[in-house]
Amino acid sequence: MKFAVQINEGPYTHQASDSAYNFIVAALEKGHEIIRVFFYHDGVNNATRFTTPPQDDRNIVTRWSELAEKHNLDMVVCVAAAQRRGIADEGEAKRNGLDADNIAPGFRISGLGQLVEAGIQSDRVVVFGD
Amino acid sequence: MAMLHIVNKSAFGNATLNSCIKTATQGSSILLIEDAVYAAMGNTSMADIVKEAMNKASISVLGPDLAARGMDQSKVIEGISVIGYDGFVDIVAETDNVQSWL
Amino acid sequence: MSEPWEDEEEGAIKKFMFINRKAPYGTIYALESLEVVLISAAFDQDVSLVFSDDGVFQLKKDQDPESIGMKNFSRTYRALEGYDVEKLYVDKESMEERGLTEDDLLVDVEMLSKEELGNLMNEQDVVLSF
Repeated sequence: MKFAVQINEGPYTHQASDSAYNFIVAALEKGHEIIRVFFYHDGVNNATRFTTPPQDDRNIVTRWSELAEKHNLDMVVCVAAAQRRGIADEGEAKRNGLDADNIAPGFRISGLGQLVEAGIQSDRVVVFGD
Repeated sequence: MAMLHIVNKSAFGNATLNSCIKTATQGSSILLIEDAVYAAMGNTSMADIVKEAMNKASISVLGPDLAARGMDQSKVIEGISVIGYDGFVDIVAETDNVQSWL
Repeated sequence: MSEPWEDEEEGAIKKFMFINRKAPYGTIYALESLEVVLISAAFDQDVSLVFSDDGVFQLKKDQDPESIGMKNFSRTYRALEGYDVEKLYVDKESMEERGLTEDDLLVDVEMLSKEELGNLMNEQDVVLSF
């Protein structure tokens, strides 16, 4: 079955990102397809590679990047939400005159249409948030 | 049509589970995750409301979230299924659509 | 103009429901939910909006957030009709609990009981909650 997942909260403050991660791992293990993971609201903060948690804690951002690489996940960060919160890839940084980009590997910045499209193309959408 | 309602808020101090229970129709499923898992325990002030809801909806609770919070699975209300993330995935696949009560 | 999603499964119109349960201004969910709704209209899907619990406050007349330095986006609800988003449902019980009547709202809505809302929810293909 084709699943799409939406994540509305950033890492650490809320459990949403952890719950979504555990759900996706279980779904993949069962042979389901994750057609897209869409990061919205503060969820875009899951995509900054500048996250440096204490060494004895999970690195939520790196964990997403590694999962994406292993399973070829399409992880999309909403552009409007990302701009508000200071998440930028190279193109966004250039366009907005920023002195750096901070997006982690495996994430891409795109429009909200990607969320609606995921809803159209998947069999189920599961939302994790606060 | 059976749908899945996911609740993640503690029922103590937040009306989300109550709204969900009132809205869920006959034959639907309710899954308690994150801070909502406390409402699955048999000895709380929510227990009667949850038991009543079981007349129309099948209720599950996410075991890993119970364990994380030190809650004893054996004290969960009888008839509530304790499931893992694999069970979570199965319910999503088996039901027709999903509403997360954020 | 041909958009990528238009090449997808022809005639794949899905029922999208956006459920708003949070008050405006205290958090950004109401504003960012509205952004998704506007985008979804461009995909020609069958869109409905639900306002329940504190979400009913999003439709309160006379909002003046300039007083707290925020943008007034409440006028957008009145513009939704122009985007062919015409199915606006409000939970009657949530209104009553909060001392609101239809006269307090800035748009025409259909008032539903929780049971009616539950039935409507069952009919949806995609339910996104904010």
